[in-house]
Amino acid sequence: MTGVPLSWYLILSAVLFTLGIAGFLQRRNIITVFMSIELMLNAVNLTFITFSYQLKQVNGQIFSFFVMVVAAAEAAVGLAIILTVFKNRQTLNIDEVSSMKD
Amino acid sequence: MQLWLIPVFPLAGFLLNGIFGRRLSKAVINTIAIGSVLLSFAWVLKTLAGLGDLSVAHTEQYFTWIQSGTLNVGFDFTVDRLTAVMLLVVTGVGSVIHVYSIGYMAHEGGYYRFFSYMNLFMFFMLTLVLAANYLVMFVGWEGVGLCSYLLISFYFDKKFATDAGNKAFIVNRIGDFGFSLAMFLIVVNFGSLDFGVVFTSVAGKPQGALEAIAFLLLLGACGKSAQLPLYVWLPDAMAGPTPVSALIHAATMVTAGVYMIARSAAIYAHAPAALEAVAIIGVLTAFFAATIGLAQNDIKKVWAYSTISQLGYMFLGAGVGAFSAGIYHLVTHAFFKALLFLGSGSVIHALSGEQDLRNMGGLRKKIPWTFWTMLCAAVAISGVPPFAGFFSKDAILAAAGRHAPWMYWLGVITAGMTAFYVFRAIFLAFFGNYRGKGHPHESPWVMLGPLVILAALSLGGGYFFKVPDFLSPLFPLAAEPDNLAPMLISVAFGLAGIGLAAWFYILQPDLPDRIVATFSGLYKLIYNKYFVDEIYGAAVVNPVVEGSNAVLWKGIDVAMIDGTVNGIGHRAQGIGGVLKKLQSGNIRSYAAWILLGVVVLLSMGVMGDLR
Amino acid sequence: MNVILFLIFAAIAVVCGVNVVVQTHPISSAISLIGVMGSLAVLFLLLGAEFLAAVQVIVYAGAVMVLFVFVIMLLNAGVEIRQGRALLAQVLGIPLLFAFLGLMAYFTRSMFPSGRDVRFGEFHYGSAADIGRALFTQYLLPFEVISVLILIAILGAVVLAQKELD
Repeated sequence: MTGVPLSWYLILSAVLFTLGIAGFLQRRNIITVFMSIELMLNAVNLTFITFSYQLKQVNGQIFSFFVMVVAAAEAAVGLAIILTVFKNRQTLNIDEVSSMKD
Repeated sequence: MQLWLIPVFPLAGFLLNGIFGRRLSKAVINTIAIGSVLLSFAWVLKTLAGLGDLSVAHTEQYFTWIQSGTLNVGFDFTVDRLTAVMLLVVTGVGSVIHVYSIGYMAHEGGYYRFFSYMNLFMFFMLTLVLAANYLVMFVGWEGVGLCSYLLISFYFDKKFATDAGNKAFIVNRIGDFGFSLAMFLIVVNFGSLDFGVVFTSVAGKPQGALEAIAFLLLLGACGKSAQLPLYVWLPDAMAGPTPVSALIHAATMVTAGVYMIARSAAIYAHAPAALEAVAIIGVLTAFFAATIGLAQNDIKKVWAYSTISQLGYMFLGAGVGAFSAGIYHLVTHAFFKALLFLGSGSVIHALSGEQDLRNMGGLRKKIPWTFWTMLCAAVAISGVPPFAGFFSKDAILAAAGRHAPWMYWLGVITAGMTAFYVFRAIFLAFFGNYRGKGHPHESPWVMLGPLVILAALSLGGGYFFKVPDFLSPLFPLAAEPDNLAPMLISVAFGLAGIGLAAWFYILQPDLPDRIVATFSGLYKLIYNKYFVDEIYGAAVVNPVVEGSNAVLWKGIDVAMIDGTVNGIGHRAQGIGGVLKKLQSGNIRSYAAWILLGVVVLLSMGVMGDLR
Repeated sequence: MNVILFLIFAAIAVVCGVNVVVQTHPISSAISLIGVMGSLAVLFLLLGAEFLAAVQVIVYAGAVMVLFVFVIMLLNAGVEIRQGRALLAQVLGIPLLFAFLGLMAYFTRSMFPSGRDVRFGEFHYGSAADIGRALFTQYLLPFEVISVLILIAILGAVVLAQKELD
């Protein structure tokens, strides 16, 4: 059986990561921006596991595991922050949450 | 031998009086001030007695001051016969004048300040005299300039006094500039500033360098000793209290230039052009100042121009190679000039501040002690034998005659003029009828005592203190002249001057006014000091001030330097304003910047890979 | 077989990823993201990470994304209206993205010119037992720290989102 060249996985991961960045820069809704970040994290997970395969070790998968856990925690806290921002500003528009400017 | 104690006693007096003087009583201030100078004088006597013969210099080294590369300058004091003469004059006459000041300054404000400055002056003057190298001498040189400034401007609430102090300091600075350049040249050529090293290795040095050094030293001496062209500060310095004029501007500070030239005799012996310049400047100054002194009406100004003239004599003596004659005249001049100044101070004190000769007269009955002592000084300065001035002036004129006859004749005419204007002042002040409005009263004994001491010295000092013999190990004695003609001629001129003054001011009092009316142009020229101050003002002072204002201040300081410094501030603000835009508060633009940074880093990695 | 599976699920992942970015309504984006995660789970399986594929589906797609959906519904997020764009992000971002992509591709090419091929079943170290062994021996400390991290996240979320006490 022919196998899949490893670099294809990496390229897929790069594409997904870039899509995540595009979403992060493009979208105006805070929640959508957050989801783009999750997309980026997923792409990174794929990369880790790919390299774990390459090096025939389990370390990459462990790292990916930790990434998932942290992503979950981050999602929880981030969404709580978004809730608070919505409560105070009544908007989900990221461009309007800019009172930290000069 | 603890030479350092000699200047340190007055320094201690300065510190004590300066710091605590405000709270001390007059008696304590007097004790500290006079006591310190008397202690210094006593220590000088003890040191000289202990050193005995002194044909070889005695040096004490205290600490290394500058150690840089091959230049090693120590803080050293040295005593040889020349130093001994100067020490005795400075401390002796200094003590006498300090005692006098108790009486003169009794009613003045700032009593403790006066005495602390006088003590500080003594410290610096003694450092100058005791110095064993040019740098320590320069310390004393500058220090006496500073004290002169402080004391001339003693009445600091009077503008003419502070202006005079400024003038003295600034004109002196020009001379100090010459001195500094001379020191630099000495370091370059000799590798050391030490007197011992420099004077023994003069013979092999290039002629040009020696001449340059000698001329520059002469410039310094002209500044300090008020010779042409830097004499203009001395008449204005009469704005200070009279004891200051006596001590600093007659007996000690102004003689520092002569001392320095005498000390550097070894250099001048190998720099004949410069030595000739010393003599020429000396004799011209003597003549020039004497002509101005003929017409002055302020009694202190007469003595000021007389001092300039007599200093010219000292320079003449040094310049024709008769260094010991110059020093001899320095000593006798200290006696009678200090006496003339102190006596005038007594007259001014008697008349409660009057200084104009035209408002005096007939005082010899009212203040007899002052009159008789000043008469002693007058005959001494006129060169009447056998009093002090005769011996010293005669020695100088004899040497001048051997060197160049025109200098002798100019000196003799000046001697005649000296006698004339001195006795003019005496006759105007003490003879005739009293023309003023005050109530003349005799001065207290604390002022008269010093006058008597100085009078005795003026009369007998020349005969008893044969300075050239004393200095013969340093400056070989000239041969005795075989004919007495030069001496007799100079004495004759002196007596003629006295006689002329008597005729003008006692026998025919209206004669001077008729002569003034006839030669009114010439008189105006002389009376206005040949307008030298005005010429200096227009030619030198004004251009410098205007130039500083227009170019240096407005052009460079404000425009360039302030512009640059402020400009940096503005640039920083500008750049900050631009960078401020980064902080837009917009999260998406932050993300974009981060992405840009990541791309740049990765590109750098790619570049590295490609290489 | 491997190639076909990879291509199918890679395509699904990319399409869903584009959808996440492009859709206007957040709910649509969320659903697309779930699709991405699912296909990624299959790709994990292909790479021999069985445990992680399961975790991805259960935790990531199952819990985190549900949380997202809850919040979207709670906030009643509506369709995003395209108003004036942040010009800087537009002008700077898109070219940068392409540059970024290009660089990543270059790096992967240069690092793995001859990578191993991926075949299903060749990776033997991805079972739950292996991961458990690694977690509790070599990575024990991070494991424990992570559990504290989760605790903090819970506390933070509770504090941030609670009602104000009047």
